Amino acid sequence: MTDRDEPKDDEWVDDHAGPVVRPYAMTRGRTRPSRGTFNRIAQVTAAVTVTTPDVWMEPEHLAILRMCRHPLSVAELAAHLDLPLGTVRVMLGDLLDRHLVQVREPDPAGTHPSADIIEAAINGLRAL
Amino acid sequence: MAYGHSDDVPTAIKILIAGGFGAGKTTMVGAVSETGPLRTEEVLTEAGAGVDSLTGVETKSTTTVALDFGRITISPQLVLYLFGTPGQDRFWFIWDELALGATGAVVLADTRRLADCFPSIDYFERRGTPFVVAVNCFDGARQYELDELKLALNLESDVPIVLCDARQRQSGKDVLIALLQHAARVGAAVTA
Repeated sequence: MTDRDEPKDDEWVDDHAGPVVRPYAMTRGRTRPSRGTFNRIAQVTAAVTVTTPDVWMEPEHLAILRMCRHPLSVAELAAHLDLPLGTVRVMLGDLLDRHLVQVREPDPAGTHPSADIIEAAINGLRAL
Repeated sequence: MAYGHSDDVPTAIKILIAGGFGAGKTTMVGAVSETGPLRTEEVLTEAGAGVDSLTGVETKSTTTVALDFGRITISPQLVLYLFGTPGQDRFWFIWDELALGATGAVVLADTRRLADCFPSIDYFERRGTPFVVAVNCFDGARQYELDELKLALNLESDVPIVLCDARQRQSGKDVLIALLQHAARVGAAVTA
């Protein structure tokens, strides 16, 4: 950081920095998860019930574990926690590293859901 | 595929809602979603290239882009997720991530600005993602025959084109059904 009184054009200060800096600190500066890809529709389920947080945990790690006692998508976690998607992915990587969550990714790119699944979706939409 | 297994993790189907700026993406996501529109915030890690061409549109933050999405729970085993795509060309890298694992896409077209949906059509054609074109019938817009529009959009003959009202839940559901039927046909053709 240079002199705070003279912000350059490419610096974020005040309100501009607010929504970005806190998630960045939460992940200790990491922008990529240690493992996992975390497609935004990947279903996350807590593998354990954690009542007391481990020392390494941020409050948001605990919040994720509480929210996904039932399966929830990565996108929904980010939306409900009001955190950037990238931040949630990093935190999910931490949890996956320690086997605290299970993640089901969608089928790999280029494959289609089976005819049975698509038919179930069509019938379901008609019935709604 | 784990559909029908005894565990309780649902199968998730991803559908993208694309189209030009103001074509009704957010409206459609909100109309069919059971939750009302949800929103993800994507922090841009690379500088946006080029200059916004959205003259007259209020300035948007250059540090993050917010994307609407919605959820339709079909059953405890099956959930549909709908994701609105970013409207600006400089966010193509987000499109690639969004399209990963997508079953199909709806391209919303506004007949008053038909060319605005060309980039979306090009993108899904190039990527091989099954898509339908849904012509959003705005009040006051001239009505065209679907054949005329199909010609104007230079669509492959098998790409469905349907009329819709993005504000109406039933209409949005009909579009999604048309897309899933098309995706099933494409899937059957691929595996045949």
